Amino acid sequence: MNKLIVSSSPHIKSKDSTSRIMLDVLIALLPITVAGAIIFGLEALLVVGICVVSSVLSEFVFNIIVKKEQTVGDFSAAVTGLILALNLPARADAWWQCIIGSVFAIIVVKCLFGGLGCNFANPAATARVFLLISFTGALGGGNAPLYSSSPELVSGATPLEVLTSGGEMPSITDMLLGLRGGAIGETCIVAILIGFIYLVVRRVIHFETPLVFIATVFVLSLIVDNSFYIATYQILSGGLIFAAVFMVTDYVSTPITRSGKMIFAVGCGLITFLIRYYGNYPEGVSFSILLMNILSPYIEKLTSKRPLGGKKA
Amino acid sequence: MLSFKLGKTHVPHRKNTAGMQAVRMSAPNSVLIPMSQHIGAPAVVTVKPGDKVYVGTLIGEAQGYVSSPVHSSVSGVVKKIERFLQSSGRKCDAVLIESDGEMTIDPAIAPPKVTNFDEFSAAVRASGLVGLGGAGFPTAVKLDAEKKGVVRKIIINGAECEPYITSDTRTMLDDTDYIVKGIALLENYLSAEEIVFGIEKNKKECIEKLREVFSTDSKVRVDVMPDTYPQGAEKILIYNTTGLVVPEGALPADVGCVVMNVTSLAFLAKYMETGVPLVEKCLTVDGSAIKNPMNVIAPIGTSVEEIISFTGGYSEEAGKVLYGGPMMGVSMYSTSDPIFKNTNAIVAMNKRDAAPKMQRACIHCGRCVSACPMGLNPTLFAKSMKVEDSAERLDRLTEAKINLCIECGCCSFVCPSSRPLVETNRLAKADVRNLSAKK
Ligand code: SF4
Ligand code: SF4
Repeated sequence: MNKLIVSSSPHIKSKDSTSRIMLDVLIALLPITVAGAIIFGLEALLVVGICVVSSVLSEFVFNIIVKKEQTVGDFSAAVTGLILALNLPARADAWWQCIIGSVFAIIVVKCLFGGLGCNFANPAATARVFLLISFTGALGGGNAPLYSSSPELVSGATPLEVLTSGGEMPSITDMLLGLRGGAIGETCIVAILIGFIYLVVRRVIHFETPLVFIATVFVLSLIVDNSFYIATYQILSGGLIFAAVFMVTDYVSTPITRSGKMIFAVGCGLITFLIRYYGNYPEGVSFSILLMNILSPYIEKLTSKRPLGGKKA
Repeated sequence: MLSFKLGKTHVPHRKNTAGMQAVRMSAPNSVLIPMSQHIGAPAVVTVKPGDKVYVGTLIGEAQGYVSSPVHSSVSGVVKKIERFLQSSGRKCDAVLIESDGEMTIDPAIAPPKVTNFDEFSAAVRASGLVGLGGAGFPTAVKLDAEKKGVVRKIIINGAECEPYITSDTRTMLDDTDYIVKGIALLENYLSAEEIVFGIEKNKKECIEKLREVFSTDSKVRVDVMPDTYPQGAEKILIYNTTGLVVPEGALPADVGCVVMNVTSLAFLAKYMETGVPLVEKCLTVDGSAIKNPMNVIAPIGTSVEEIISFTGGYSEEAGKVLYGGPMMGVSMYSTSDPIFKNTNAIVAMNKRDAAPKMQRACIHCGRCVSACPMGLNPTLFAKSMKVEDSAERLDRLTEAKINLCIECGCCSFVCPSSRPLVETNRLAKADVRNLSAKK
């Protein structure tokens, strides 16, 4: 008689797998990467390549050094690298900053906390903030698009900077297509929306989390400025929509409950708004995510479901 | 009827055998009948090697209140009494009977005389009936809630939410008469105001048939459950049919409910008519390693191997064989083990399906939290189990409500990282039992 496997139930599993989820995120980021390359030139691809390779390599080498099981096969390091790259301007001359950012994201924010699932903060957002604080000059601002109808943007000023200084904004069409200054992945709203739809259809993310975040910023801006025009530009500019879809929805560093994720999104929206309106930085998205990451466990606890028939402990 | 329903996990249905009437197996050469096939104290063997027994002869007497008698399922001679290792890890006595191939029914058997609840309860007890849907809780004990005068609703479980299994479906279609008679018994001897069938919506035929036969009975209602898992779990079924919530640590009877499986109900009616105790079982034989999936009626105690051979054997080598369905079924050590009273399926999986899935770290995706029908957060149990300090571990597990886990398997099923969540929960429950006992 052959030996039968004896194991705990259940004996079947859904088709979902962690590597497939990460692959889905990579697929969703693909149109954005392509758009970035078209808008900002091949230099954008170089930045993407540097970040992805150095992220994956960092994790690979770290696992070897600490003798941990190899985890690069779950694609999460590649996702982190790509998201970080898309958060940076297309400037290959700052290649060493890209590498520092990637190594920081993977080693300091992720691996040192125990690897996938154990980090409390979003690696890409944290690395971006780290780079912003450390090297304001090089990577802080945006890049000029190759084709643009607004003269202002030739200088590489992002619409947020233009908006704050009261200059003329690129047209809504240019904003949607991404023909404006900014980081590689944050400008082409159309490409981001394609990625968003893909992730929702594949059930990787809940549709409401990004919407709640965007709506929060929109409404607050509307209240303060009393202008649809400004509120619209507030949400379309900077890395807001990109972050809404790909960073506010991160699994590891946000509350596990669906309602908790919504509160998280509102919090991010609020902090982004405060930083943009009253802070020193024109862009507040990464900061807000980082700050809310710290609050995540508390939100999670607050929003935990009441078990069926469970008495209050 | 409630519109909000619990239990939303999409597990595959694979009801390949739903259209196949059960085939009665010929007499096996021998049967091995364990004394513990129910929750509660094992029965005590009343026969000795050499004794002549018939189908329905008592071979094990119930011990205490929560227990159930055991009967011979073939006619023949008792060969020996041996120790049998249960999948729970405990051992119990088991009676090995060599069949004479005749399947002669014990001449002493006569239909029970029942005129009031006490006689009804005694008859149910003598029938050896235990919950056929899964856990094997003695039915007589369950029905005794009537004595406390608390039974307001009876819920008949026809959800059959496990993949593959269709034995309850066949009962509903082929034994509808007995279901009608069974309901009449419950209406006679129990004071429930309402009897609700809970059937998953993928069993249209069953729903239509039962609605038709009960169309004139205002006490009986057939509720359609979603075709998502786990509709058949007791607490979920109670909620989805009545809106009632069974509190932590309480029984369905505490909220006025008694839940009974449809096949148990049909058996009860048959027993009252014939007096033949629970000695055979209709079960679904299916799975990726089974050549001809089918429903079989087999004597209790027949070896799994013999039943699989009867259906035509394997299509390929089996990697894992289960008592029950793939969500909550128990994997067996050896197919020479017998089937029990509450075995409703044998599922044999091929090597590929049986191979363990690659585990990765928890990515905190929340799928398990959304899937848990009990509203628990399975990641908390896993995290708490890592706590070294036993007092704190106990506190955390209790606070996370480990004892509410019904081990339905939804969390492990949906986890993309294949975390062994249910397994962890079982360990955690055992841990809590030990630690609380020490306190
Ligand atoms: S925690 Fe328990 S009740 Fe919840 S899904 Fe997992 S096994 Fe089912
Ligand atoms: S489903 Fe698995 S990976 Fe997702 S939160 Fe639950 S345990 Fe973690």
